[in-house]
Amino acid sequence: MSTRAQSSPVPAWDSTNTSTNNLPRRHRTAKLWQLLFMLATIVAVLTLVAMLFNIINSSFGLVAIQNEVEPETLSQDGVPLEQLSKEQLVAILKDKVSKGLFRRLESEQPFADRDQANVYALVVERVIKPRIVRSWTLSESLLQRKAIEAEVSQQYPNARLEFRSWFNPNFVSSPQSSVPQLAGVRTAILGSLWTILITIVVAFPLGMGAAIYLEEYASDNFVNRIIQTNISNLAGVPSIIYGMLGLAIFVRGLEPLTSGALFGLTDPTTANGRTILSAGLTLALLILPVLIINGQEAIRAVPNSLRHASYALGATRWQTIWHHVLPSALPGILTGTILAISRAIGETAPLVVVGASTFIVFDPSSPFSKFTALPIQIYQWTVRPQLEFRNIAAAAILVLLVLLLSLNASAVILRNRFSRRL
Amino acid sequence: MMQHTSKVRTMAGLVGGATIEVADELRKRRRWGETFIQAFLFMCGAVSILTTLGIVFVLGKESLLFFSMPEVSLVEFFTSTSWHPAVGDFGIWPLVNATVMTSGFAMLVALPLGLCVAIYLSEYASERVRAVLKPILEILAGIPTVVYGYFALTFMTPLLRSIFGIETVEIYNTASAGLVMGILILPLVSSMSEDALSAVPRSLREAAYALGATKLETAIRIVVPAALSGIAAAFLLAVSRAVGETMIVAIAAGAGPAFTFNPFKAAETMTGHIVRISGGDLSYDSIDYNSIFAIGLLLFLITLGLNIISRRVVRRFREVYE
Repeated sequence: MSTRAQSSPVPAWDSTNTSTNNLPRRHRTAKLWQLLFMLATIVAVLTLVAMLFNIINSSFGLVAIQNEVEPETLSQDGVPLEQLSKEQLVAILKDKVSKGLFRRLESEQPFADRDQANVYALVVERVIKPRIVRSWTLSESLLQRKAIEAEVSQQYPNARLEFRSWFNPNFVSSPQSSVPQLAGVRTAILGSLWTILITIVVAFPLGMGAAIYLEEYASDNFVNRIIQTNISNLAGVPSIIYGMLGLAIFVRGLEPLTSGALFGLTDPTTANGRTILSAGLTLALLILPVLIINGQEAIRAVPNSLRHASYALGATRWQTIWHHVLPSALPGILTGTILAISRAIGETAPLVVVGASTFIVFDPSSPFSKFTALPIQIYQWTVRPQLEFRNIAAAAILVLLVLLLSLNASAVILRNRFSRRL
Repeated sequence: MMQHTSKVRTMAGLVGGATIEVADELRKRRRWGETFIQAFLFMCGAVSILTTLGIVFVLGKESLLFFSMPEVSLVEFFTSTSWHPAVGDFGIWPLVNATVMTSGFAMLVALPLGLCVAIYLSEYASERVRAVLKPILEILAGIPTVVYGYFALTFMTPLLRSIFGIETVEIYNTASAGLVMGILILPLVSSMSEDALSAVPRSLREAAYALGATKLETAIRIVVPAALSGIAAAFLLAVSRAVGETMIVAIAAGAGPAFTFNPFKAAETMTGHIVRISGGDLSYDSIDYNSIFAIGLLLFLITLGLNIISRRVVRRFREVYE
């Protein structure tokens, strides 16, 4: 056998030598590379697993809680604090908190109207003031429980160790707070929903209109070619550029409109056009190209025979589109729309640029409210140096992923359901 | 009512030599409703043009304002390696350098891995394996970028620090942001490349097998070269995506422009800088406000250029098979 076959990876078909001795080697190489290809795929899958693990790992785990005032010191005549009567609890509260705070609590809701559980919660919040001094991840909590217990008894002798799920119903329903264990994502979820609502209301009709125009009406002329090219270019523009467009046009240029001043709203708390409306419009422009491209594909998939049949029966162009083309394109359109929306829900950069508020505790009440959104909240908690904020960031990510997952699942169900009928 | 009763000559009538009279109500009428709808739909399409014009106008106008300020000079902008707005230094290179570093790391991950995954999916994987793997890649592509940022800061950075030492790797560094960005872009590369690979007709593969090529030789020497234009387009799009990616670098790459080639040091990218400046209290017509638009314009031109080249590559070099 020639030396050439041994030294170079020339395959059999372009080698002059008729020997097949290089076959085992070629097969070995093939096996090796196949392994490599598989490995790459496994790496991709493993990263996803690592990512989910990392999030779940931070969402649950042990925490060391230290009370500013121990409940035992507040118990009276051997009766534990939680079993004290309402009057006794009110007396404790009056005794321990400042007069101003007490008056404020009274004016929020008179103590006469509050029940025992409510006052007890107030005592816990204002007097005992439990504070998380240290938190551990899930894996640490499970594998190094002993070491953690030792560390806690040594460093925080007064603290108690307890297992905490950062992702809990309270977390979803309570507003933003500067104390990690009290903070929640309600404001952020509502902000996201408001924003997305505006995005859909603006982007869906525009996107479908453009898709119908380009597929059903547009002849192949200069203007229409420009529109088509332009849409695919827009789809590749980084999202942060849309944020800057929104900042300059909606927040600054159209401030009278987006701050609600045009509609007689003179609320001083609105943020000079940095409102839900601005954010929703910005996201609408952002997903418009994706919506149009998806819509075009769905409309293109409708067979031409359907259109011809309709024309043959004397229908006009719009009647054909409205009664025949759109109904059969609907599943595709809806799936594409849901996917575009789930992209918009996860967008962070444009909202930061448009001017999401960093800290609001009040629910948004109109399109002219200040806003924050779920991804914004995650971003702000992630960049905080304290570890407890990492925990709530992870829990907020879980909320976001659950939201996205349910959206995508509905898209899949929709697709399967309608495609069977067609 | 007059029009209804009036008679007209039709072409058919002229051809026949005699005039056949056709009632006007049978002629094609102008339907104003239809015209109106068509005009409305055209307006919808035109919104995209307005968006582009808006982007160009806004970025251009604010950049012009920026460059006309006395502190700023165009030459300094493109030559200086220091960006310190506080002392009036506006050299874009630290930001561009950090962007190139993070995108470079992202490409180091996304290109080889993405291509390998694409080859595996299109040439090796059975239908059942594909049915599992493709949704997984779609999930990877659907996860919001802020989650990737969290992952970079809380997983990749500690990992790098435990490998290379806490002294060498800073908490914020471009390597960690770049590597995670590579994972983010991987599904884009793999799905576009896989589309290109599966578009290569079966006959080519079978011809290679008939000549005695192994599966690997067929894949690497026949299928990949035939799909090269599509793969190259995917790569270019991936680069454009990496350059414009924001949240990962804003969270994990560091806050503060630094001109460094050390991937384990913090450095702010163009997008990261825009986010940090606009996230703070930003007053209009300040030099900070205008400067982010100048950066945005550069970013827009880079990504637009890459996207256009990518489409050119597909159109120009595509191998068309019967």
